[in-house]
Amino acid sequence: MIEIKTVETRNLCESAKNGGCGECQTSCQSACKTSCGIANQNCEKKESK
Amino acid sequence: MIHQYKLCGYNIVLDVCSGSIHAVDDIAYDMIAGFEREPREALISALLSRYADRTTEDELNGAYEQLLALKAAGKLFTEDSYAPMAGALKAKTAGVIKALCLHVAHVCNLNCSYCFASQGKYHGERALMSFETGRRALDFLVEHSGSRKNLEVDFFGGEPLMNFQVVKDLVAYARSIEPETGKHFRFTLTTNGMLVDDDVIEFANRECHNVVLSLDGRKEIHDRFRKDYAGNGSWDRIVPKFQKFVEARGGKGYYMRGTFTHANPDFLQDIQAMLDLGFTELSMEPVVCAPDDPSALTEADKPIVMEQYEKLAELMLERDAEGRPFTFYHYMIDLKGGPCIYKRISGCGSGTEYMAVTPWGDLYPCHQFVGEEAFRLGDIYHGVSNHAVQDQFAACNVYAREECRTCWARLYCSGGCAANAYHATGRINGVYAYGCDLFKKRMECALMLAVARQLKETE
Repeated sequence: MIEIKTVETRNLCESAKNGGCGECQTSCQSACKTSCGIANQNCEKKESK
Repeated sequence: MIHQYKLCGYNIVLDVCSGSIHAVDDIAYDMIAGFEREPREALISALLSRYADRTTEDELNGAYEQLLALKAAGKLFTEDSYAPMAGALKAKTAGVIKALCLHVAHVCNLNCSYCFASQGKYHGERALMSFETGRRALDFLVEHSGSRKNLEVDFFGGEPLMNFQVVKDLVAYARSIEPETGKHFRFTLTTNGMLVDDDVIEFANRECHNVVLSLDGRKEIHDRFRKDYAGNGSWDRIVPKFQKFVEARGGKGYYMRGTFTHANPDFLQDIQAMLDLGFTELSMEPVVCAPDDPSALTEADKPIVMEQYEKLAELMLERDAEGRPFTFYHYMIDLKGGPCIYKRISGCGSGTEYMAVTPWGDLYPCHQFVGEEAFRLGDIYHGVSNHAVQDQFAACNVYAREECRTCWARLYCSGGCAANAYHATGRINGVYAYGCDLFKKRMECALMLAVARQLKETE
């Protein structure tokens, strides 16, 4: 049996329809302060997921 | 676009544009690698001869059909259709500011030679922010926040606790205007720990959403740079304070934030030192400094750092299994609920929704540009006047850089740090390639950890 397991992720294409509220944290604000990354940020718009 | 890699026993396939992730075996891994460049029959035939002892033609055809179904479902080989949206979020929120970094103290009680803020002075004069200036900054934030409810304010420096009374007074003022403005302030304090006492702990635990505590890990590493003006290391003085602080937080957010340099590319030992001290929310950042600075990371350091990132991921898996998990800031990733696509392609927000305020009320695109006179945006009394510079920041997004357009990690870094790019290339829309390499390695580790955890959950 060849294994292909799809992990549950947020559908980024779908998020184009209802995202963009702008409430989420600014990228390096409040934490690292010296590099940019948005991967570790949370979406503030809970109902959109 | 696909990015596939093997790490810690997992074969990971990332469908970059949809954000879908697949954990696959070696056969499917190779099939995906050849899927778009070889005809079906040739690919299956090649895989059958490579894996004759492990699979059959029927199985390979079944897997191929599965990949076709994933592609049809938009979970594999998804095209990038986001470029036209790159400026959308910033255009929609133009003029809206929702976060300020308040430089309440351009002074510091430590004299760390690697400090990007030149010992808190940002290449300028020593200064403390007055309450009146801070209050005006908070009013400025509210006035420009549009419909944003959550406003973020960092108390930063220098060492912000050298102006603690003003910090307390500003928080009290902000809380007092929350009901009438309908806003909610989230405060963060970044401190070197020297002035942490019971009063600070009680205040921060009541008012601060997050605290960032500077500790470089091992005593000898920490004390090498983080010295007072008499030349004495600070580790012995701050560690007990930080331990008390963190214990008293009772689960509220904090990060032990370290910097690694050319002196400790083997920074996993510093992570371990923090764990040994009882801290579990950790961050270690590569130093930001000029390339000719003795503490700058070198090309020779890079493979060491890369290996450390992998070993850190392995350590986290081990500690998960032992029921002793810990957090590494750059490996935090919420696959199910991370940022929407607008956020991912819009750039970091510096100079547009986020600005730094100096002790005398000048506005800069972010804390890392403070002191760079050409980047002064305006002030909190008259607003942004340097629209030429602000427009440059507004135009920063993933698709503004040629190198980013084809990078698999573009939806995780959002185009990178403008300050890092500026310091490395002289342009805010340049590319700090060394930082990119480290970032990509961190993302591979973060994604692998998230996959491993999710698969364990479902097992």
